[in-house]
Amino acid sequence: MSARKIRVLVAKPGLDGHDRGAKVVARALRDAGMEVIYTGLRQTPEMIVDAALQEDVDVIGLSILSGAHGSLVPRVMRLLREKGLEKVRVFVGGIIPEADIPGLRAAGVTAVFGPGTPTADVVAAIRAEQGAG
Amino acid sequence: MTDAAERIASGDRRELARLISRLEREDPEARKLLSRMHPRTGRAAVVGITGAPGTGKSTLVSALARLLRRGTAGRPPQTVGIIAVDPTSPFSGGAILGDRIRMRDLAGDDGVFIRSMASRGQLGGLSRATQSAVRALDAAGFETILVETVGVGQDEVDIARQAQTVIVVETPGLGDDIQALKAGILEIADILVVNKGDLPGADSAAASLRAMLGLGEPGRGGWQPPIVRTAGTTGEGVEALAEAVFRHREHLARSGEGERRELERARADLERLIRERLFARWQGAAAGDLAEAARKIAARECSPEEAAERLLK
Repeated sequence: MSARKIRVLVAKPGLDGHDRGAKVVARALRDAGMEVIYTGLRQTPEMIVDAALQEDVDVIGLSILSGAHGSLVPRVMRLLREKGLEKVRVFVGGIIPEADIPGLRAAGVTAVFGPGTPTADVVAAIRAEQGAG
Repeated sequence: MTDAAERIASGDRRELARLISRLEREDPEARKLLSRMHPRTGRAAVVGITGAPGTGKSTLVSALARLLRRGTAGRPPQTVGIIAVDPTSPFSGGAILGDRIRMRDLAGDDGVFIRSMASRGQLGGLSRATQSAVRALDAAGFETILVETVGVGQDEVDIARQAQTVIVVETPGLGDDIQALKAGILEIADILVVNKGDLPGADSAAASLRAMLGLGEPGRGGWQPPIVRTAGTTGEGVEALAEAVFRHREHLARSGEGERRELERARADLERLIRERLFARWQGAAAGDLAEAARKIAARECSPEEAAERLLK
């Protein structure tokens, strides 16, 4: 049996205009040996969770710059539970005020990465969560 | 409690997605499950889409899938499975699978299932598990399965052995009529597409391809590959492409060519399985000798041929 690859869906929910940060992270995960399903801009929570199901990913990385995380993230979490995907770990990156982080964690988000987080930290966090890889 | 094969056949998409992952990591239990599902397969029409990187394969797949879902020219709507393969990095083993970006119009439709696969070191334009994934989608009841290869060069023609109909996508500006004459990828085309047909040079690209086809005998099994001009982004020509796919499907059924290809495919698969099994069996019995033999070969103490002879005794 060949080695298990960590599969990560990188998605940008909401109406953000650019995805440079998400691309930088996607590239870093690729270079760390992960398979990154990149879905691009303006994804709805429904699209993200459907893609996560079809692609059988271990991790979802949500990049949000717009300030809409308060509504988008809980919807993603709820849909994941509805589809029986509660094992999928969700990471959030982008511009998230410090004060909102406890709320996102309570909603089930594994970790939140603010601007300036070294990509190595993101890789390490995913690996730790997935047990090596 | 029903078993996984039943659940997949009755539409459990999560189970289907998990089976494909297990097939990718060559889980023996998943292979057994697939083996049990074999009687349910063979109903889907498998269409391969191949061509150089950036020719618009994903956009075309998306447009074609949308049309098949809607039904076209008196044909009933079909369910569509899509497998899109992108390359694995030879250095890190990681991959960026970006074909879904072009397929966002298909989101939210339960009659479509899209799976991205990394090539994982396979060189023929597909991954080792692609064919198993096609069988899984077939058993799950998808009526048409579109398989998009890695962006290929001239020689990655594995798709010809795995699809019933192969669409080769070209664009204007990819080369002159000598490129069109070379052996390889154009030879496997059942349908030739000149995509980005709204760009300058589309006429001459189509003319080069037509001239190339005109030089030879009718293609495999008495079928003359049509040349279809499309613009994937606007959807222009996609209906004609769908029509060509249906016509080719009918040709396969009528001429017996479909059956011939199916037998060829079954035989090639069987040979590959036997090769893999024999190797695994040998490896199980003789593990450890390989490294020592490699050392001797590298040190010029014996030749690869002698080493292989000895190891197989």
